[in-house]
Amino acid sequence: MIAPLKKAFSYYPGCSLTSTNRAYDISTRNVARVLGLEMMELEDWNCCGATAYMAIREKRSFVLSARNLALAEKEGRDLVTACAGCYLALHKTNKYFAEDRKMRAEIEKALEAGGESYRGGIQVRHILDVVVRDIGEEEVRQHVVTPFRGLKVAPYYGCQITRPFGEIDDPDFPRAMHRLMEWIGAEPLEYGLATKCCGGMLMTTITDSALELVGRILSEARRIGADCIATACPLCQINLEGYQAKASRKLGCDCSIPVLYFTQLLGLALGLEAEQVALDDNLTSSEPVIAARGR
Amino acid sequence: MEAVAGDRLKTIFLKDIYSIPDGERIKQCLQCGTCSASCPTASWMEYTPREIIAALRAGILERVLKSNTVWLCSSCYSCTVRCPAGIKFTDVMYELKRLGGKYGYVDRKSTTAQMARAFCRTVDRWGKNAECELLARYYLATNPFKALGQMILGIKMILKGRFPLYPHRIRGRKSLRKMIDAVQEGAQKT
Repeated sequence: MIAPLKKAFSYYPGCSLTSTNRAYDISTRNVARVLGLEMMELEDWNCCGATAYMAIREKRSFVLSARNLALAEKEGRDLVTACAGCYLALHKTNKYFAEDRKMRAEIEKALEAGGESYRGGIQVRHILDVVVRDIGEEEVRQHVVTPFRGLKVAPYYGCQITRPFGEIDDPDFPRAMHRLMEWIGAEPLEYGLATKCCGGMLMTTITDSALELVGRILSEARRIGADCIATACPLCQINLEGYQAKASRKLGCDCSIPVLYFTQLLGLALGLEAEQVALDDNLTSSEPVIAARGR
Repeated sequence: MEAVAGDRLKTIFLKDIYSIPDGERIKQCLQCGTCSASCPTASWMEYTPREIIAALRAGILERVLKSNTVWLCSSCYSCTVRCPAGIKFTDVMYELKRLGGKYGYVDRKSTTAQMARAFCRTVDRWGKNAECELLARYYLATNPFKALGQMILGIKMILKGRFPLYPHRIRGRKSLRKMIDAVQEGAQKT
């Protein structure tokens, strides 16, 4: 057997994963541990800026992200995150920093004002990509001890891991989560809305529109016969699990379906207990998932 | 505030948009409408993404800025990945959001704009987002009664321990502040 390729990362949880979406953080850390992935939390990380900050202060949002990149560079490790929004903000900053001379100069100047510096030496990765590409099929399959049997999953990627750069996967027809679901014994479904937007922050600000987007995503997953939806984004997860009753009323059809982070499903298949993937945090029932878990 | 509109607004906008990565590609728009067709929220917009560029060319961008359009963009980047001219339209939307704010086209009713402001203030204060403070700022700035609609979900989240009432803060707040203050938005300094 080839020795597992262990790689150490600095881990960036992001604000959501330390508050409203702890379950994603807990399950990510435990999955990483089982898979032999070393992740050390980035020391004194700050908010990446997310879409809301970027909307009115773009350059400053790049500086927010760049501070984290600078800290990771000091730690000498690539940065991995599970939050799709953080992945996009950090990755976009890193890319613009590398490719746009003017932007780079401005970011460098701002970092300097706060006593930090960044030389562009690290990569930003998403945990899904690290699991699927770096660890890979053979290694993941070796670690699966309680594979699912007959669990139909609608893999929901959302927007911000496949777009805008398409480096993890195809922006319109991603396969990474589909493949991972196969490795853990689940049956990934062809899901037409896998990359359609859930509305993100609009759920709070322009609720009517977002409810319709969420309702379509949920009801389509039910229509194709999914037992659950797997997500890779904290905001998608809240939007999809927290507004099912309202979406049902708005669309006039049943929109109830369990919504889990892909790391929770992966963790359960790796033999982790329900508490180790914080299943109790979810607002939807995970019973169909537990019932389909093999022994 | 003086009303900046028409060709003057267009000139200012183009200068700003050219200062962001690949911003000049906006000149290559062929009005094919792929952006509008890909946009999940276009059906609620007064001007779809394609029409925004048409309005820019016609020198009537202020009509777009006065409408609900740009704040319906959810940053999903569907337009950006599909544009055959390589225009990063999501970044164009961001630039329009800033432009509208700068020249007084965004009114208090624009909820998404208020959310973005509340978010910036919260993050500037702690270095991280604080959900509780963010929502308090947002609902106070818009319509406090709307918060009632979120009560049930809010209570569920609190019971699950998913809604901390106190902020996390970073140690490097002062240094972060200096970094933020050192930046000027727009094209002025480039």
